Amino acid sequence: MQHARPLSPHLGIYEWRITMVLSILHRVTGVFLCLGAVLLAWGLIALAGNDATWATFSGFCASGIGTALLICWTFALMLHLCNGIRHLFWDAGAGFDKSQYFTSAWVVVIVSIALTVVVWLWVVLAGGVP
Amino acid sequence: MSVNPHEADARHDMRTPLARARGLGSAKHGVGHWWIERVTATALIPLSLWFVWLVLRLPRLDFDAAHALVANPINAGLLILFTAVSFWHGALGLQVVIEDYVHTRWVELALLVLVKFLAVLGALACALAVLRIWLGAY
Repeated sequence: MQHARPLSPHLGIYEWRITMVLSILHRVTGVFLCLGAVLLAWGLIALAGNDATWATFSGFCASGIGTALLICWTFALMLHLCNGIRHLFWDAGAGFDKSQYFTSAWVVVIVSIALTVVVWLWVVLAGGVP
Repeated sequence: MSVNPHEADARHDMRTPLARARGLGSAKHGVGHWWIERVTATALIPLSLWFVWLVLRLPRLDFDAAHALVANPINAGLLILFTAVSFWHGALGLQVVIEDYVHTRWVELALLVLVKFLAVLGALACALAVLRIWLGAY
């Protein structure tokens, strides 16, 4: 379809910045974590059942896809958590200088990756992943 | 829920119409959504870190160990709190995403209602499951 009228510039025209990546990722991880809440509900319902219902759930978690999803959910949680704290500082009126929001963006990225690595190192060292 | 503050006690309200409307926004709910999103977010900082710590204590996914952990009253209480606040915060967040990206009004409305229903259902299912584990332990 031909658009006769001019359109305002959209994502494609801008140079990628860490701040816009985090802004987009905050929404993406938020929606993804809502799907994780379904897994959490499944886990609790399975645990309230019996050995068999729990075995189905824990079997999924220990499977390749399950483990990959759990790693993604761990990172999504840590990123949304750290960036959420960054948002709360903004809501309080702090951290609006250009240098501050670029620094805080990288802190969020580094801390959330570090927390994800710590969690999964713990799981591997404790013998959680087959 | 309550009477629209626009109309409530309008005859006794000495403020100007502008003062009454200021901050209410087009939905007439003021900053309620924004504020509750922040309150639930703040509550989820300690709750989600506690939840990760709880899950890390069961790396072997053993049924009896998991059952005993959730049957602990403190863990059971915090789990109900964590799941309830999570579903609440998630519903508020999904609402904003739907309002921003779904432009067909009836689809938007249907999704908004669906998200609210699913959030209540999810929170209720989690709470009942935890209660069953906790009370079943006695």
